[in-house]
Amino acid sequence: MSKPADTQSLGSLERPSPEDAFHAEVLVLAAILAIGVVILGALALLIFVRPSAAAQSAANASKSESADAASVARGKKLFVSYGCYECHGRAAQGGVGPRLGPDPLPLSFIEKYVRHPSGSMPPYTEKTASDQDLTDIYAFLKSLPEPPKEKDVPLLNE
Amino acid sequence: MAKSKKTSVNRRNFLKSATVGAAALAATPVAAATAVPTPQPSRARNAAAPLPPISRRVEAEAAAAAANPDPNIEPITVDHPGSDFMVDAFKAVGFEYLCSNPGNSFRSLHESFINYGANKNPEFITCCHEESAVGMAHGYFKIEGKPLLVCVHGTVGVQHASMAIYDAFCDRVPLVVVLGNFGDAQTRASFVNWTHSAQDPAELIRDFVKWDDQPATLQDFAESVMRAYRVAMTPPYMPVALVCNTDLQEFPIPDDPALRVPALTLDKPPQGDSSSVQETAKWLVAAENPVIVADRAARTPAGLALMIELAETLQAAVIDRNGRMNFPTRHPLNQTERGSSVIGDADVILGLELTDFYGIVNAYYGDVYPRTRSVTKPGVKLISINSNDLYLKSNYQDFQRYQAEDLAIAADAEATLPSLIEAVKKLLTDDRKRMYQDRGAKLAAAHQRTLAENRSLAANGWDANPISTARLSAELWNQIRAEDWSFVSNCQFVSRWPLRLWDFKKYHHYIGGEGGYGVGYGAPASVGAALANRKHGRLTVSIQNDGDLMFGPGVLWTAAHHRIPLLIVMHNNRAYHQEVMEVQRMADVHERGVTRAGIGTTLVNPPIDYGKLAQSMGMHGSAPIADPNDLAPALREAIAIVKSGEPALVNVVTQPR
Ligand code: HEC
Repeated sequence: MSKPADTQSLGSLERPSPEDAFHAEVLVLAAILAIGVVILGALALLIFVRPSAAAQSAANASKSESADAASVARGKKLFVSYGCYECHGRAAQGGVGPRLGPDPLPLSFIEKYVRHPSGSMPPYTEKTASDQDLTDIYAFLKSLPEPPKEKDVPLLNE
Repeated sequence: MAKSKKTSVNRRNFLKSATVGAAALAATPVAAATAVPTPQPSRARNAAAPLPPISRRVEAEAAAAAANPDPNIEPITVDHPGSDFMVDAFKAVGFEYLCSNPGNSFRSLHESFINYGANKNPEFITCCHEESAVGMAHGYFKIEGKPLLVCVHGTVGVQHASMAIYDAFCDRVPLVVVLGNFGDAQTRASFVNWTHSAQDPAELIRDFVKWDDQPATLQDFAESVMRAYRVAMTPPYMPVALVCNTDLQEFPIPDDPALRVPALTLDKPPQGDSSSVQETAKWLVAAENPVIVADRAARTPAGLALMIELAETLQAAVIDRNGRMNFPTRHPLNQTERGSSVIGDADVILGLELTDFYGIVNAYYGDVYPRTRSVTKPGVKLISINSNDLYLKSNYQDFQRYQAEDLAIAADAEATLPSLIEAVKKLLTDDRKRMYQDRGAKLAAAHQRTLAENRSLAANGWDANPISTARLSAELWNQIRAEDWSFVSNCQFVSRWPLRLWDFKKYHHYIGGEGGYGVGYGAPASVGAALANRKHGRLTVSIQNDGDLMFGPGVLWTAAHHRIPLLIVMHNNRAYHQEVMEVQRMADVHERGVTRAGIGTTLVNPPIDYGKLAQSMGMHGSAPIADPNDLAPALREAIAIVKSGEPALVNVVTQPR
């Protein structure tokens, strides 16, 4: 049995550079959007908060939390059954492919990349992974616990 | 049965020769280039009457001897078999060990090694598969720098050995393989002997050994042993094979006073011609961003020191392709982990003993329709120093895609480095030195940033269960770094974490990989490397792939039996993981069944208990460990056992890569 390693060619050791540029753009956009949402949200609270509305929004939140939990659970399963774990690790920590979470790249980017990868990742089309599947995988990636800071891990300072 | 007057090897003489044999055990074997003592009158090989096959002859002789104690009857014993002389020849070369799985096509040689040769230099290492025997010799060489002898049985043994010989060939590792054979059909005593015989036994492996021979006489044999060793040990190093026929082994040494073991002379490794070396120095000194890329450049510890000297003189970036321990991982000029970015900036690239220069300056991408694109700046100058250009085989394509360099020097890199360093030093000016200092400082900062990045990446999945390969590597490093350690497995399969995190700096800290990516190399090569490290008192450590171990787990027994201290840390990812990914790719590309890539590629249900497997071979084996918090105590326990001189295995259930 012969085993060509994925990383044999030096060129494929790292992500192709065009994507890197693309990532940077997406991240900046995402950051701007996120800041916008937070500001708008704060304004909405300031203007419209009333006791009954607050109760209402808490109920909605718990409903969406359980919907989120279901999505996370489904995403976690799909991450394994679709084989994402093979290259990205069961904790999405990275392996042959890069780490994917926590703090994943925006869903819109993930959808684009997974359907049209430009490096050595194989494509998942709508036929093999639906938009809903990818949304769930995204929810799973977002739910991953923050790793420890390397400075706080003595073993990583030796 | 015709009686031979010349017969001397009879029942009475057997007792006498037993005493002589015992004396011979204590005596030092003949030195090189001295005449071998001629045996007492022996049966001439070309006696008029044809010899019956040995076993039938022995039966007939036994019957005759029982009926008639006449000392002149047909012989049933042999005083000085040809294989004794063969042992003299092998001893004159000097092999520390002989790795072998026994086979009757070299039974006489086997017996000569253990009795006439006193089982010392070489000492017989009992292997459970020919692939293990060759793999052990492969790993041993990369630590010790000396080839081992491997004896394999005719035909079926060669077939078992062939993949491992191919790995050694691709990895440019010399070993001397002896193939037993019943060449003379009259010596075949059973149908099995016929089945295991061949006209041309080395034909099967000729495409991946450097040289082979089938000597017809003992004198030929002795000369071929010397030539074999010399050819194997001239860069590019490669395995060689000698066919050893049973008649030559088992019949007495002929009464020939001229018979002698010649002296061994080794070739000096070929150095690059002086004008090309000058030109190389000029380009390197003038370059703004020179990059040195090394694959099998350092053949010895001296090669590693030369690599450091060249890089420091130039303050040049170094990328280690890790075929050998070419450059310290924590050296500030080591830019391996940011390889593509330094290649992209380079104006001169010096490739030293590269397997694949094309793959350094191009990136492969795409799956079903692979394409490549250049990753270098226009105008980059490429220089290659490579002994592979001196010897190429046709059939197997390990020579990789053709790359046109600007200057290609067919020579051994390590042997060329001293003159290159000298030429570079002569061209240095104060201006250049100042510029180099700045360059070195920038590279050192980049190196530091990359190390910090890698540490931060290693923290991802830190508490994952199964255990991440980064956590595994960090835990292991913590426990061995104060020892004189030697890491003897390929890092590729654990995302290179040890190379990314640990402080590799001595030649025996790393030995590279398979060479030919043939699975089944890992376990025996690490046992062979540990065997070489034993007398140096080093703590030998491997991260052992599960799929690889299952090709030949018998080598665990060899490690236990010969008390070879080795810490085996299982990378038990429960799959032939490369193939899981390959099949996944195909399912994804074919847009179907993306959940089925585990069929035929995984090692689950039932799970394999590697700890129990190790225990069954007589060595320590831990329970499966999937919780990272259990890892440190298990490693501590196993290391204590290894330090007491035994092998030990820790079964770590891991993430895929
Ligand atoms: C056979 C290996 C493999 C599999 C399976 C795989 N990936 Fe990847 N993935 C990669 C590699 C390698 C990259 C790096 C870019 C490249 O070379 O394409 C990558 C990149 C990505 C990226 C871009 C991340 C970044 O930082 O650039 C995302 C998102 C991603 N993968 C998601 C997934 C998801 C979701 C799945 C499962 C549905 C999956 N991958 C399955 C190998 C794989």
